[in-house]
Amino acid sequence: MTEREAISDIIDAHRHLEGSLLPILHAVQDRFGYLPPNSNRLIADALRVSEADVHGVISFYHYFRQRPPGKHAVSVCRAEACQAQGCRQLEAHIKTRLGIDFHDVTDDGQFSLEPVYCLGNCATGPTVRVNNTIYGRMSAEKVDRLFERLAVDTVRLLS
Amino acid sequence: MSTRLFIPRDTTALSLGADEVADLFLAQASDSCDVVRNGTRGMLWLEPLVEVDYEGERIAYGPVDVTDVAPLLAQGVLDRPVTESPLYQGPTEQIPFLARQQRLTFARCGVTDPLSIDDYRHHGGFTGLSKALTLDPQEIVDCVTQSGLRGRGGAAFPAGIKWQTVLTASGDRKYIVCNADEGDSGTFADRIIMEGDPFVVIEGMAIAGLAVGAEHGYIYLREEYPNAKLILDEAIALAESAGLLGDSLLGSGKTFHCEVRLAAGAYICGEETSLLESLEGKRGLVRAKPPLPAIEGLFGQPTVVNNVLTLASIPWILDSGAAGYAALGYERSKGTLAFQLAGNIKQGGLVECAFGLSLKELIEDFGNSSFSGRPLKAAQVGGPLGAYLPYSQWHLPMDYEAFAQVDAMIGHGGIVVFDDSADMGEQARFAMEFCKEESCGKCTPCRIGATRGVEVIDRIRNNQDVSNNLTLLGDLCDTMRDGSLCAMGGLTPVPVRSIMKHFGHELVSAGKESSL
Repeated sequence: MTEREAISDIIDAHRHLEGSLLPILHAVQDRFGYLPPNSNRLIADALRVSEADVHGVISFYHYFRQRPPGKHAVSVCRAEACQAQGCRQLEAHIKTRLGIDFHDVTDDGQFSLEPVYCLGNCATGPTVRVNNTIYGRMSAEKVDRLFERLAVDTVRLLS
Repeated sequence: MSTRLFIPRDTTALSLGADEVADLFLAQASDSCDVVRNGTRGMLWLEPLVEVDYEGERIAYGPVDVTDVAPLLAQGVLDRPVTESPLYQGPTEQIPFLARQQRLTFARCGVTDPLSIDDYRHHGGFTGLSKALTLDPQEIVDCVTQSGLRGRGGAAFPAGIKWQTVLTASGDRKYIVCNADEGDSGTFADRIIMEGDPFVVIEGMAIAGLAVGAEHGYIYLREEYPNAKLILDEAIALAESAGLLGDSLLGSGKTFHCEVRLAAGAYICGEETSLLESLEGKRGLVRAKPPLPAIEGLFGQPTVVNNVLTLASIPWILDSGAAGYAALGYERSKGTLAFQLAGNIKQGGLVECAFGLSLKELIEDFGNSSFSGRPLKAAQVGGPLGAYLPYSQWHLPMDYEAFAQVDAMIGHGGIVVFDDSADMGEQARFAMEFCKEESCGKCTPCRIGATRGVEVIDRIRNNQDVSNNLTLLGDLCDTMRDGSLCAMGGLTPVPVRSIMKHFGHELVSAGKESSL
C-alpha cells in the first residue's frame, strides 16, 4: 500500500466522526510516526477545509510532528514536581549525553528529544518517557543505563 | 491452591517496574499464584506495591524491585506473611497513610480489578446509576445541587448549578464532556481513578446524561496518559457489553454513549472552551464567555463540561444521598477532595480526605516531609497557576475560600513541595516561561505579557535596575490578571506574586548582591 493510499484509508475510517480532524491526525501519526508532507492536502480535501486550516491545527499542538522522530522518542518532564526533584540537571545531562537539543534527532536516527510538561507521575519524579513507556525516579545514571539498553536492543534487532 | 497477588498496572507502578515484577512472579511461581493487575492504592512511594491475599486479608510489601522477587518467594511469601522482610508493610488497610483517609470517590481504587465488571458490581458499582434511573432529571440535578459538590478541576463552580443550566437550556442535542486533560504539574488523581476504577467515571457520565438529557459523552484525555487511554478504551467496551453504556442503560430504555478523544499536548486545552474547540477539531483557542458552554458548548449545543473527579463523585452522591456528602467538609467546601502529594516528598501519593485539614498535616503527617531529607521551604498548591506557600501559611485549612483569602488556590488539589535547595527566583521565571510556552495566543496580555515577564525577571535576576523592574513586574502582573481572556494569563501572576511577597530576597539576589 502506498503512503497516499494508507492516509486515504485512515481518513475514510474516521471522517464520519464529529470533529474528525484530531482523530485523523492522531491515526496518521500513529501509523507513520509523524505527519507526512502529503497528508495535509489529502486531509484538507476530504474535510473540505483549506490546507492552511489543517496546518494551523497541526502547528498549534505540541504533539503533532511533521518530521520523523527518532526510533526512541524521548520526552523529559520539565514541570514543577519534577523540578523539585532535579529535572533541570537531568535535562542538561540528557542533552549532553545525546548531543542534541529539544526538537532534534540524533544523527543515527536512534533518539529524538522533546520537552513535556507533566506525565502525571509527580510523586516519583523526575520522569522520562520513551515512546509509550514512562520511567519514574530517574537519575543521570539510570538514564545512561536505559539509553545503553535501548541502543543495544536496536543493534540486536538489526543483526 | 493458588495465592492471589495484586500488582498495580497504574502508570507510577509501571514506571517503577511493576510489569517486570508481575512477570517474574508468574515466571517463578506460575502454578502457585494468580496475579490481579489492580489500580494503585495511592501510596506511590511504596510502588510497586505487591499485595498478597492470605485467606481474605491483604498484606502489603513494597516497594518491590525485580531483585526482591526471588528472596520473597524463597521466604515463602505465597504461604504466610513474611513479617521479617524489610518490605513488609502489614495489612494494607491499616497502613496509617491509607487508614487515616476518607475514601468515597476512591473507595474501590486499588481494591478491585479495574477491568472487571463483576468486581465493580460486587463493590457497590452501578448503585448510583440504578438510583438515578428511578428519579426524574430535575430530582437528579437537585440531589447534586444539595450535595454541595463543586467542580474539582480547579474553578470550584457548583456542579448542580451547571447541570441545572444545561437541563433548562434547549438544544437539538446535548453533550457531556469529561475533562481529562489533567495538565497541572503535581496532579495525578484523574489519572489514578481512570486507571484504577474507570467504570466510576463512566457511571458518573451516564448519570449526568440522564440528568440533563444528553445521550452522548466525550472523555477528552491528554495524550501524555497512554496507559489511561488503553484502560478507558477497554472499560468502555466492557461497559457497553454490561449495559452500563449503550442504547438501554441497565435495561431502562435510556441511552448514553461515550468515547475517548485524545488531546495533543496543549496545556491550554484543559480550559473548558479551548477544550471544546479542540474537540471540534480546531486550534485550541479560548472562547470569550458568555455564551457559557452550558448554553452554547460543543458544536453550539448545551454542554456539561466537568472534571473527571467531579463526575466520579456523582455515583456515591446518588447512592448515599446528598446529605451524607454535604455533611463532610469545611464551610462551603463540601465533601472530600483527592489531595495529591508530589515533588520532593518522602511519602508522595493520593490522599482523599474531607476538606478542612491543614496543608501542614498533609505535608508532614501524610507526606512525612522531604524526599531529600533536607528542610522543606515552599509548597506550590493548585498547579502551575497556584501560589507558592511558605511554611508560615501551612496552618491554613484546605478550603477554597480560606486559600482565596491569601491569594492562593486549591485548584485540582495538587501539592508540590520544594526543599531548601530550590531557587524561588527560578520558579518565578518558570511560571512566566510556562505561560509563554502554553498560551493559546488569542489575547495580548497572556501572549505578550508572558514573554515580557520572562525578560523582566531575567533583568531583575541580573541585577539590572532592580527597583524599577520590580515595579514593572508588578504592573505586568496586574495587566495579565485584569486583561486576560481566561485563567491561563489571568492566574500566571499568582505564583509570581507569591514569590515576590514571600521569597522576594531570592528573586532579587539570585546569588549576587542586590542593588536595592
